[in-house]
This record gives sequence, structure tokens and C-alpha cells, in this order.
Amino acid sequence: MGSGRFSLFSRGQLVVLGFLALTPLLDLAIPSLQLSGPMRTVVVFAILALGLNIVVGWTGLLNLGIAAFMAIGAYAFAILTSEIYPFQVGFWWGTLLAGAIGAFAGWLLGAPTLRLRGDYLAIVTLGFGEIVQDGLKNLPAITKGTEGINPLPQPSLAMVEVSGETPARWFYIYLAILAVIVFLCRNLEFSRLGRQWFAVREDELAARCMAIEPDKAKLKAFAAGAALAAVAGALYASHLSSTGEPSNYDFQISILALCIVIVGGIGTITGVLVGAIVMVGLNNVALPILTQTLQRNGIGSTGNVLSSPDNYKYVLFGLALVLMMRFRPDGLIHSRKAVRK
Amino acid sequence: MSETEVFMQQVIYGLSNGMIIALVALGYTMVYGIIELINFAHGDVFTLGGFLALTVVGALGAAAIVDPGTLGDSSHWLLLFGLVIVCGLFCGGMNVAIDRIVYKPLRRAPKLTQLVAAIGVSFILVNLALFWGGAPMEVFGGGNAAAASKDFPELLEGSNLLGEDSNVVLRLEDIAIFVITIPLMIGLTLFVKKTRLGRGMRATAQNPVAAQLMGIDTNRVIAATFMIGGFLGGAASVMWSLYNNTISFQMGFRAGMDAFTAAVLGGIGSLPGAMIGGVLIGLIRAMSDQYIETRWTNVVVFGVLILILVFRPSGLLGLKQKEKV
Repeated sequence: MGSGRFSLFSRGQLVVLGFLALTPLLDLAIPSLQLSGPMRTVVVFAILALGLNIVVGWTGLLNLGIAAFMAIGAYAFAILTSEIYPFQVGFWWGTLLAGAIGAFAGWLLGAPTLRLRGDYLAIVTLGFGEIVQDGLKNLPAITKGTEGINPLPQPSLAMVEVSGETPARWFYIYLAILAVIVFLCRNLEFSRLGRQWFAVREDELAARCMAIEPDKAKLKAFAAGAALAAVAGALYASHLSSTGEPSNYDFQISILALCIVIVGGIGTITGVLVGAIVMVGLNNVALPILTQTLQRNGIGSTGNVLSSPDNYKYVLFGLALVLMMRFRPDGLIHSRKAVRK
Repeated sequence: MSETEVFMQQVIYGLSNGMIIALVALGYTMVYGIIELINFAHGDVFTLGGFLALTVVGALGAAAIVDPGTLGDSSHWLLLFGLVIVCGLFCGGMNVAIDRIVYKPLRRAPKLTQLVAAIGVSFILVNLALFWGGAPMEVFGGGNAAAASKDFPELLEGSNLLGEDSNVVLRLEDIAIFVITIPLMIGLTLFVKKTRLGRGMRATAQNPVAAQLMGIDTNRVIAATFMIGGFLGGAASVMWSLYNNTISFQMGFRAGMDAFTAAVLGGIGSLPGAMIGGVLIGLIRAMSDQYIETRWTNVVVFGVLILILVFRPSGLLGLKQKEKV
């Protein structure tokens, strides 16, 4: 368990968080980029992927419906904070409670299904994702259907005012939340529970022999992952100041989260952070900027599918998954044979 | 329309759609029976089959030659059978290629690794279909709005076979679905039961290593399985496009989930199970559309899927000796 000296973050985590902290400076250099806004989504998806990492990377369960928990978090946050509902608990309580509700939802789905074989569990989670999405769409009395619930509050601190006018502050608050979550994950990883997860992932039978109850450990992983996904959903809704439409939380988002975990380096917090920067940076920051630039120069506005960079998303995700599986085929499950030094 | 007539109408819709779902489900169940892989890309191979069908129709200009007075004209049936064979071979070939390039090197990898790779292939194919939708052809809307749904022309004359006065509608399309799917299913069953390659499939499904020791070329058997599964998916895509009159680059996700649910419902790995499961899912969809609400139908199907997986993962026919292929 390390050198025994207490440190908040590992060196890799510090480097990545530091890198993220520098991005608003780019805005100062090139104001037209307006990076701080889109970079918030990098933080949001990093948190989502950290949640998925607990389930997929540490416990070895494939969850294809993580976006459903993000949706649950986003709508819980919206209902708890929006003006049209009586609660109006504010950003911080809204985010915390959204996380708790997400954990409960994860427990609810996990309890009856976690005994299933790996690939069946994956399909059940996929189905759950679709059900949640359709349910949100079909209950407009509560969720406002495709309109989404809005407006939603931005984060505020005692001294600091945050609004669309101060994107850098907003980004730094998100980054601070990410840092706290990274710190929590890092501690969780080497806790008793974290070691149970690794044991279950590597060999369920052997884990059982060590007096670990795999079903309970799995359920905790599921709930923890769902909680982080729900927090990501809450931050996402606050970022948009709206839940957006339910299809914002579709299968593609679950796969994006999976790509982040797999591309970055499965099972490692630093890897997941790097994956978030690469994949979301590509998906939500680089591609839109490239598209805009092309359009400004008169390319890509012709309606030809091939000329719009945005249309290459699926193939990028797909190739990322296929190539990782092909050339690091054991990555998903046996990523950390040498966990403890 | 009386209650009974409404019900009969939904039965016809359900059976027709169910037969198509069953064809796709056979592709899932065969591959799963042999190599225990949920071939997530199967639904998107199906999508590309639909796009090829529309491309061929567009190239032949068949949309122009269809008019209501051509019931006796056999050229449309010929075109339909031709499409089924061409799209079937195309999808079968593509399935084999995907297996060779992506799945084969991962054969010994953990199951979840294979599943993630299959999801990756699925996304690549979705993107291919999106690009295909931008093809500069009239049937694709001139290549503008690639992501939009495309109309698939009526190839068969559309009047009611039960007479103009009947409230229940049975069209030539419904008949065509049965004329095409039932022989395919019978052929498949005979093939698996009677031929040498079919016996090889059954042996490989039971125990790949033992099958190999008995001199069965398991690689050839696996390739044949992907070929046949893909062929059925391609045939289904033609029928599906014809029946629903519209195709889109994401249609395979929906159809694939229905078919996978059908395969699991029937007991994955079982051929008769996939057929029965397909018809049941078709009927469940039709009844949910009518008696619950269309917008809740997908929730109903996924609910069925989750309930079966949780309470009876072996499916309806799972307890009996499985006839896995």
C-alpha cells in the first residue's frame, strides 16, 4: 500500500489534474476557443467513467447501461433544484442527494440481476438503460418529456459567483469536485472493499473461500458506480442548465463511458482520467471545433456526410473498442495482475 | 371494427413481424450456440442488408414500375426473391469477414472481451450505414440528410386479400413473408439435421475440442455458421424493409434487440426456440401497440427480456435437451 507516507493523489493523478487545471489558461491566450465550457463535459464524463471503472475495471462486471444512472442523477437533481418543484434544495444538496438516489437505483437493479452470467448481465443493464430512457420520455408530467426540466441552478460558493459569464470559475468548481472524487476512489481502491472487488474479479470461487461474499461485494460496486454516474448526471444537468431530452442519456453515452475506461487503461484512476481527456476531448471539444472551422471556410456545409467530422463518431468509438480488445485482449478483466507492489 | 377484428388484425401484424424477428434471432442463436458469443453486430449487418436492398431497387428503378394493376405480374416476385438472395449472400459474407478479422483472433479471450469487440464492430457498421445513407442516389434523397430515414418502395401490390369490405387487412406482403421465411426455416432445420456440415455444427456446439479430435474442421463449421446466420439476417432485412416501408441507419439496434430477446426467450442456442421466441415477441409487440400504448412497447419488450433473464435464463425450451447449433 505505497510507501506509507500520506499523499492526497498519486503522481499520475496530480499530473492529469494539473493538466486539466491549465486548460482555462488557453482561453486567455486564444479567447475565441472558449474551452472552459466544453471542458466541463470532460470533467463530467471523467466522473461518469470513474463510476463505470468501479464496476467494469475493479469488479469485472460489464455494465452497458451506465447512462441510465446518469439520467437518474440528472433528473433527480432537476426535480430537487428546479423552480417548478417545491424542493429547491440548491446545487450542493441537489448533487449529493442525486448521488444517493443513484446508489439506491443501482442497488435496486443490481439486487435481482447480479447473479447472472457476465454477458447476460451486460444485456440486462443495456435493457435497463433503454427502459429508463423511454420511461423518462413517456412521463412528461414529471420529466417534461423531450423539453427537459430547466432552468437549473449553477454551483455557488459563499464568496464566488458563478454564471455563464465566468466559465473559468465554473470549470474550477467542477474540477475541485472531480479532485475530491478521485481522492475518494483512490482510498476506496485500497480499502478492504476495494480488495474484495479485485478478489471477486480475479476468481469468484477463491474469493468465496476467503470469506468474501461475492454477491454483496458486487452489489456495493454496482451501487457505488451508479452513485458516481448520478453525480456526473447532476453536474451535466447543471452544466446545461437543463436535463435536456432523455435521449441525451442513450446507449451511445454508455459506450462513450466504456471507451473512456478501456482506452485510458482499465482499472487505473489515472488511466480513466487520461481516457476522458482523449475521448471526450475528441468527441465534445475537438470535433465540434473542427466542424465549425470547416464550416466557416465553406467546407462541410454542403450536406455531404463524409465532409462533416461529427459523422465519424461511431467509427472512432468502434475502432477504439475493437483495437483495444484485439491488442490488449486481457485488459478488461485482468488489467491489474500486479496491483500491489 | 369489432373487438375480434381488432384482435385478428394485431395477430396478423404480430405473426408477420414475428417471422422476420425469428429469422434475425436464428442468427444470434446459431452463433451463440457455437462460440458462446453475443454477436452484437448482427443487428447492424441486418441494417446494411436493408441499405443494399434499397440500393439495388434504386438502381433497377423498380420504384417506377410498381403500380396497382400488376398483381399477376411475376416480375415483382422475381425481384423480391432476387433481393432476398443477393442481400442474404451479402450479409452472410460480411458476417464471415467480421468473424475472420475481429472475432477469430479473440476466440480464446474472455467472453466480455469478445462482447466489447462485437459492440465495437456494431458501432463501425452503424457509421458505414450512415455514410451509405448519404449515397448520391434518388432513393436516398439525393444524398442529403444522410441520417434521415429512407422510404422503401412498395414492391408488391397492396390491396386487401380478404376483400375490400373486410375490416381485417391481409396484404400480399404478409403472404410474402410466410412464403419466404417458412421454407428458409425448414431448409435450415433439414440442413442441421441431415447434412454432414450440419452434424459438424451440432458436434462443435456440444464440445468444440472433441469435435476437432473427431476430424471436424471447426473453423469451417464456424465460418458456415456465420454465413448461414448472416444469410438469414439479410433475407430478414429485405422482408423488414418491405413490410415497414422505411429504413434508417439505426434500425438494426432496435431489430437486433427484439431478435436477441426472442432468442433468449426461446432458449439461446436452440433453433426451434428462436423461431417460437421470434413469433412470440412479434405478437407481444403487436398486442402492446394495441392494448397498452405504442410508446411503451419497447419498455414492454425489454421488461420481458429482463424478467426472462432473471427468472428463467435458460428460456422456454432451455430445460429440454438443447439442440444447439
